[in-house]
Amino acid sequence: MTEQVPQKSKTQLDAEFSELYRAHLRDVYSYAYYRVGDHHDAEDLTEQTFLQAYRHFERAQSESNGRPLRPWLIRIAHNLAANLYRDRSRKPSWPIDETTMLAAPHTTEQLVEGRDELSRVLDGVRMLPDDRREALIMRFALGMDNREIARALGRSDGATKVLIHRAIKQLEGIVGDPLNDSPPARENSKESSNE
Amino acid sequence: MSEALPNFEGLLREALAPVEPPEDLILRLEGTLTSITEMAVEELEAWELSAMRDPRNWARPAVAVVAGTAAGTALVILRARRRAQQPPSGLRGIQRPSFDRSGAERALRDLGRGTRKLFGDR
Repeated sequence: MTEQVPQKSKTQLDAEFSELYRAHLRDVYSYAYYRVGDHHDAEDLTEQTFLQAYRHFERAQSESNGRPLRPWLIRIAHNLAANLYRDRSRKPSWPIDETTMLAAPHTTEQLVEGRDELSRVLDGVRMLPDDRREALIMRFALGMDNREIARALGRSDGATKVLIHRAIKQLEGIVGDPLNDSPPARENSKESSNE
Repeated sequence: MSEALPNFEGLLREALAPVEPPEDLILRLEGTLTSITEMAVEELEAWELSAMRDPRNWARPAVAVVAGTAAGTALVILRARRRAQQPPSGLRGIQRPSFDRSGAERALRDLGRGTRKLFGDR
Protein backbone atom coordinates (compact mmCIF):
# COMPACT_ATOMS: atom_id res chain seq x y z
CA MET A 1 0.00 0.00 0.00
CA THR A 2 1.46 3.32 -1.00
CA GLU A 3 1.33 6.29 1.29
CA GLN A 4 -0.47 9.32 -0.06
CA VAL A 5 1.86 12.32 0.03
CA PRO A 6 0.11 15.70 -0.02
CA GLN A 7 1.05 17.79 -3.04
CA LYS A 8 3.12 20.87 -2.46
CA SER A 9 2.05 24.24 -3.71
CA LYS A 10 3.89 25.75 -6.63
CA THR A 11 5.14 28.52 -4.42
CA GLN A 12 6.63 26.01 -2.04
CA LEU A 13 8.20 24.01 -4.86
CA ASP A 14 9.75 27.10 -6.37
CA ALA A 15 11.12 28.20 -3.03
CA GLU A 16 12.65 24.76 -2.51
CA PHE A 17 14.10 24.80 -5.99
CA SER A 18 15.66 28.16 -5.24
CA GLU A 19 17.30 26.64 -2.20
CA LEU A 20 18.58 23.74 -4.27
CA TYR A 21 19.94 26.15 -6.85
CA ARG A 22 21.73 28.31 -4.32
CA ALA A 23 23.12 25.33 -2.45
CA HIS A 24 24.53 23.56 -5.48
CA LEU A 25 25.29 26.12 -8.14
CA ARG A 26 28.99 25.92 -7.35
CA ASP A 27 28.88 22.12 -7.33
CA VAL A 28 27.28 21.96 -10.74
CA TYR A 29 29.60 24.56 -12.18
CA SER A 30 32.69 22.91 -10.73
CA TYR A 31 31.63 19.54 -12.06
CA ALA A 32 30.86 21.04 -15.47
CA TYR A 33 34.14 22.89 -15.61
CA TYR A 34 36.35 19.97 -14.71
CA ARG A 35 34.29 17.72 -16.94
CA VAL A 36 34.50 19.83 -20.11
CA GLY A 37 37.62 21.85 -19.34
CA ASP A 38 36.27 25.07 -20.79
CA HIS A 39 34.51 27.97 -19.12
CA HIS A 40 32.16 28.68 -21.98
CA ASP A 41 30.85 25.12 -22.26
CA ALA A 42 30.79 24.84 -18.48
CA GLU A 43 28.47 27.84 -18.30
CA ASP A 44 26.14 26.38 -20.92
CA LEU A 45 26.19 23.02 -19.21
CA THR A 46 25.38 24.57 -15.85
CA GLU A 47 22.54 26.60 -17.29
CA GLN A 48 21.00 23.65 -19.09
CA THR A 49 21.38 21.47 -16.01
CA PHE A 50 19.28 23.80 -13.89
CA LEU A 51 16.68 24.22 -16.62
CA GLN A 52 16.27 20.47 -16.84
CA ALA A 53 16.27 20.21 -13.08
CA TYR A 54 13.53 22.79 -12.78
CA ARG A 55 11.35 20.95 -15.22
CA HIS A 56 11.65 17.66 -13.35
CA PHE A 57 12.02 19.01 -9.83
CA GLU A 58 8.62 18.02 -8.50
CA ARG A 59 8.95 14.45 -9.65
CA ALA A 60 12.50 14.17 -8.38
CA GLN A 61 11.43 15.44 -5.00
CA SER A 62 8.54 13.04 -4.74
CA GLU A 63 10.72 10.08 -5.69
CA SER A 64 13.69 11.03 -3.56
CA ASN A 65 11.92 10.29 -0.27
CA GLY A 66 13.84 13.06 1.37
CA ARG A 67 17.25 11.98 0.15
CA PRO A 68 19.63 14.71 -1.05
CA LEU A 69 19.12 15.85 -4.61
CA ARG A 70 22.73 16.68 -5.39
CA PRO A 71 23.44 13.30 -7.06
CA TRP A 72 20.38 13.84 -9.23
CA LEU A 73 21.62 17.28 -10.25
CA ILE A 74 25.07 15.98 -11.07
CA ARG A 75 23.55 13.13 -13.02
CA ILE A 76 21.72 15.64 -15.19
CA ALA A 77 24.99 17.45 -15.84
CA HIS A 78 26.68 14.11 -16.52
CA ASN A 79 24.05 13.17 -19.13
CA LEU A 80 24.17 16.59 -20.76
CA ALA A 81 27.95 16.49 -20.98
CA ALA A 82 27.85 13.03 -22.51
CA ASN A 83 25.35 14.17 -25.10
CA LEU A 84 27.37 17.28 -25.80
CA TYR A 85 30.41 15.23 -26.72
CA ARG A 86 28.41 12.67 -28.63
CA ASP A 87 26.67 15.27 -30.76
CA ARG A 88 29.67 17.43 -31.40
CA SER A 89 32.04 14.48 -31.71
CA ARG A 90 34.59 16.49 -29.94
CA LYS A 91 36.84 16.13 -26.99
CA PRO A 92 37.06 18.43 -24.00
CA SER A 93 39.39 21.33 -24.49
CA TRP A 94 41.85 20.25 -21.85
CA PRO A 95 44.17 21.33 -20.37
CA ILE A 96 42.13 23.33 -17.90
CA ASP A 97 42.18 27.08 -18.51
CA GLU A 98 44.90 28.91 -16.67
CA THR A 99 42.16 30.96 -15.01
CA THR A 100 41.16 27.95 -12.95
CA MET A 101 43.95 28.49 -10.52
CA LEU A 102 42.71 32.00 -9.92
CA ALA A 103 39.05 31.09 -9.67
CA ALA A 104 39.69 28.27 -7.24
CA PRO A 105 40.33 29.11 -3.58
CA HIS A 106 44.08 28.53 -3.62
CA THR A 107 46.41 30.60 -1.50
CA THR A 108 49.07 32.79 -3.06
CA GLU A 109 51.79 30.56 -1.69
CA GLN A 110 50.19 27.52 -3.22
CA LEU A 111 49.87 29.32 -6.51
CA VAL A 112 53.57 30.04 -6.61
CA GLU A 113 55.06 26.89 -5.10
CA GLY A 114 52.52 24.26 -5.91
CA ARG A 115 51.36 25.28 -9.32
CA ASP A 116 53.60 22.92 -11.19
CA GLU A 117 52.67 20.01 -8.97
CA LEU A 118 48.96 20.79 -9.22
CA SER A 119 49.26 21.10 -12.99
CA ARG A 120 50.81 17.65 -13.11
CA VAL A 121 47.88 16.29 -11.13
CA LEU A 122 45.38 17.97 -13.45
CA ASP A 123 47.26 16.67 -16.46
CA GLY A 124 47.08 13.24 -14.92
CA VAL A 125 43.35 13.54 -14.31
CA ARG A 126 42.73 14.21 -18.00
CA MET A 127 44.56 11.02 -18.88
CA LEU A 128 42.15 8.90 -16.87
CA PRO A 129 39.24 7.04 -18.43
CA ASP A 130 36.02 9.06 -18.34
CA ASP A 131 34.35 7.23 -15.48
CA ARG A 132 37.42 7.36 -13.25
CA ARG A 133 37.92 11.04 -13.98
CA GLU A 134 34.29 11.83 -13.20
CA ALA A 135 34.42 9.91 -9.95
CA LEU A 136 37.48 11.87 -8.84
CA ILE A 137 35.85 15.18 -9.77
CA MET A 138 32.80 14.28 -7.71
CA ARG A 139 34.88 13.15 -4.77
CA PHE A 140 37.50 15.88 -4.63
CA ALA A 141 35.96 18.92 -6.32
CA LEU A 142 32.46 18.42 -4.95
CA GLY A 143 33.22 16.48 -1.79
CA MET A 144 30.64 13.81 -2.53
CA ASP A 145 30.76 10.56 -0.58
CA ASN A 146 30.70 7.10 -2.16
CA ARG A 147 26.96 6.74 -1.90
CA GLU A 148 26.29 10.07 -3.59
CA ILE A 149 28.76 9.29 -6.37
CA ALA A 150 27.20 5.88 -6.84
CA ARG A 151 23.77 7.45 -7.30
CA ALA A 152 25.09 10.07 -9.68
CA LEU A 153 26.86 7.49 -11.82
CA GLY A 154 24.12 4.87 -11.58
CA ARG A 155 26.39 2.29 -9.99
CA SER A 156 26.41 0.24 -6.84
CA ASP A 157 28.19 1.55 -3.75
CA GLY A 158 30.73 -1.26 -3.97
CA ALA A 159 31.50 -0.68 -7.62
CA THR A 160 31.95 3.02 -6.92
CA LYS A 161 34.37 2.36 -4.09
CA VAL A 162 36.46 0.19 -6.37
CA LEU A 163 36.26 2.76 -9.16
CA ILE A 164 37.57 5.55 -6.96
CA HIS A 165 40.31 3.39 -5.46
CA ARG A 166 41.56 2.37 -8.90
CA ALA A 167 41.29 5.93 -10.19
CA ILE A 168 43.50 7.24 -7.40
CA LYS A 169 46.02 4.46 -7.87
CA GLN A 170 46.17 5.00 -11.60
CA LEU A 171 46.51 8.75 -11.19
CA GLU A 172 49.20 8.32 -8.58
CA GLY A 173 51.11 6.21 -11.05
CA ILE A 174 50.70 8.77 -13.82
CA VAL A 175 51.74 11.74 -11.69
CA GLY A 176 54.61 9.88 -10.09
CA ASP A 177 56.06 8.93 -13.44
CA PRO A 178 57.68 12.00 -15.04
CA LEU A 179 58.04 10.15 -18.33
CA ASN A 180 54.33 9.58 -18.61
CA ASP A 181 52.99 11.74 -21.39
CA SER A 182 50.15 9.68 -22.75
CA PRO A 183 47.23 11.28 -24.57
CA PRO A 184 44.06 11.73 -22.53
CA ALA A 185 41.79 8.72 -22.32
CA ARG A 186 38.25 9.06 -23.66
CA GLU A 187 36.80 5.68 -22.80
CA ASN A 188 35.39 4.22 -19.66
CA SER A 189 37.52 1.90 -17.58
CA LYS A 190 37.03 -1.83 -17.28
CA GLU A 191 34.86 -1.45 -14.20
CA SER A 192 32.16 0.33 -16.20
CA SER A 193 29.47 -2.13 -15.30
CA ASN A 194 27.43 -1.85 -12.15
CA GLU A 195 28.80 -5.08 -10.75
CA MET B 1 58.50 3.06 -12.31
CA SER B 2 56.26 5.41 -10.39
CA GLU B 3 57.18 6.65 -6.96
CA ALA B 4 54.72 6.98 -4.09
CA LEU B 5 53.54 10.53 -3.46
CA PRO B 6 52.93 11.71 0.10
CA ASN B 7 49.40 12.87 0.87
CA PHE B 8 48.33 12.32 -2.67
CA GLU B 9 44.65 12.74 -1.89
CA GLY B 10 45.38 16.12 -0.32
CA LEU B 11 47.20 17.14 -3.45
CA LEU B 12 44.30 15.94 -5.57
CA ARG B 13 41.88 17.91 -3.42
CA GLU B 14 43.92 21.05 -4.02
CA ALA B 15 44.21 20.46 -7.74
CA LEU B 16 40.46 19.91 -8.06
CA ALA B 17 39.45 22.81 -5.86
CA PRO B 18 35.86 24.01 -6.36
CA VAL B 19 35.47 26.65 -9.05
CA GLU B 20 33.26 29.64 -8.36
CA PRO B 21 30.74 30.30 -11.14
CA PRO B 22 31.23 33.63 -12.94
CA GLU B 23 28.95 36.44 -11.86
CA ASP B 24 27.56 36.92 -15.36
CA LEU B 25 26.48 33.27 -15.39
CA ILE B 26 24.70 33.74 -12.08
CA LEU B 27 22.86 36.79 -13.35
CA ARG B 28 21.93 35.15 -16.62
CA LEU B 29 20.81 31.90 -15.03
CA GLU B 30 18.71 33.56 -12.36
CA GLY B 31 17.17 35.82 -14.97
CA THR B 32 16.41 32.81 -17.14
CA LEU B 33 14.80 30.82 -14.35
CA THR B 34 12.69 33.77 -13.36
CA SER B 35 11.67 34.42 -16.95
CA ILE B 36 10.64 30.81 -17.42
CA THR B 37 8.22 30.87 -14.54
CA GLU B 38 6.85 34.28 -15.38
CA MET B 39 6.38 33.50 -19.05
CA ALA B 40 4.87 30.14 -18.30
CA VAL B 41 2.32 31.70 -15.98
CA GLU B 42 1.34 34.30 -18.52
CA GLU B 43 1.15 31.83 -21.37
CA LEU B 44 -0.77 29.23 -19.49
CA GLU B 45 -3.30 31.80 -18.41
CA ALA B 46 -3.86 32.82 -22.02
CA TRP B 47 -3.67 29.33 -23.41
CA GLU B 48 -7.08 27.71 -23.74
CA LEU B 49 -7.30 23.99 -23.43
CA SER B 50 -8.91 23.66 -26.83
CA ALA B 51 -5.89 25.25 -28.46
CA MET B 52 -3.67 22.59 -26.95
CA ARG B 53 -5.48 19.94 -28.95
CA ASP B 54 -4.64 21.69 -32.22
CA PRO B 55 -1.31 20.37 -33.55
CA ARG B 56 -0.66 23.74 -35.12
CA ASN B 57 -0.25 25.11 -31.63
CA TRP B 58 2.24 22.50 -30.54
CA ALA B 59 5.18 24.38 -31.94
CA ARG B 60 5.44 26.49 -28.86
CA PRO B 61 8.44 28.60 -28.03
CA ALA B 62 11.16 26.46 -26.56
CA VAL B 63 10.86 28.23 -23.28
CA ALA B 64 7.26 27.15 -22.84
CA VAL B 65 8.24 23.56 -23.48
CA VAL B 66 10.97 23.78 -20.90
CA ALA B 67 8.60 25.27 -18.39
CA GLY B 68 5.92 22.69 -19.22
CA THR B 69 3.86 21.51 -16.34
CA ALA B 70 6.24 23.04 -13.88
CA ALA B 71 5.02 26.49 -14.77
CA GLY B 72 3.46 28.45 -12.02
CA THR B 73 4.44 30.95 -9.46
CA ALA B 74 7.72 32.70 -10.12
CA LEU B 75 10.85 31.90 -8.20
CA VAL B 76 10.31 34.50 -5.58
CA ILE B 77 13.78 34.54 -4.16
CA LEU B 78 15.47 34.65 -7.54
CA ARG B 79 13.10 37.29 -8.80
CA ALA B 80 13.80 39.54 -5.85
CA ARG B 81 17.50 39.20 -6.38
CA ARG B 82 17.19 39.74 -10.10
CA ARG B 83 15.22 42.91 -9.66
CA ALA B 84 17.68 44.19 -7.15
CA GLN B 85 20.54 43.66 -9.56
CA GLN B 86 18.58 44.51 -12.71
CA PRO B 87 20.34 42.32 -15.26
CA PRO B 88 19.34 42.49 -18.94
CA SER B 89 15.79 41.32 -19.50
CA GLY B 90 14.65 38.74 -22.01
CA LEU B 91 15.49 35.15 -22.66
CA ARG B 92 18.90 35.53 -24.17
CA GLY B 93 20.24 32.81 -21.94
CA ILE B 94 17.78 30.22 -23.12
CA GLN B 95 18.13 31.09 -26.76
CA ARG B 96 21.90 31.08 -26.88
CA PRO B 97 22.79 29.08 -29.97
CA SER B 98 26.07 27.80 -28.64
CA PHE B 99 24.54 24.86 -26.83
CA ASP B 100 23.37 21.92 -28.86
CA ARG B 101 19.59 21.83 -28.47
CA SER B 102 19.23 18.25 -29.71
CA GLY B 103 21.61 17.17 -27.02
CA ALA B 104 19.52 18.90 -24.42
CA GLU B 105 16.37 17.25 -25.73
CA ARG B 106 17.96 13.83 -25.58
CA ALA B 107 19.12 14.60 -22.09
CA LEU B 108 15.51 15.31 -21.19
CA ARG B 109 14.55 11.83 -22.26
CA ASP B 110 17.50 10.34 -20.44
CA LEU B 111 16.55 12.27 -17.37
CA GLY B 112 13.17 10.66 -17.08
CA ARG B 113 14.81 7.25 -17.03
CA GLY B 114 17.61 8.50 -14.84
CA THR B 115 15.29 9.91 -12.23
CA ARG B 116 13.45 6.65 -11.97
CA LYS B 117 16.67 4.69 -11.75
CA LEU B 118 18.05 7.08 -9.21
CA PHE B 119 15.17 7.06 -6.80
CA GLY B 120 13.30 3.92 -7.67
CA ASP B 121 15.97 1.54 -6.49
CA ARG B 122 15.00 1.37 -2.85
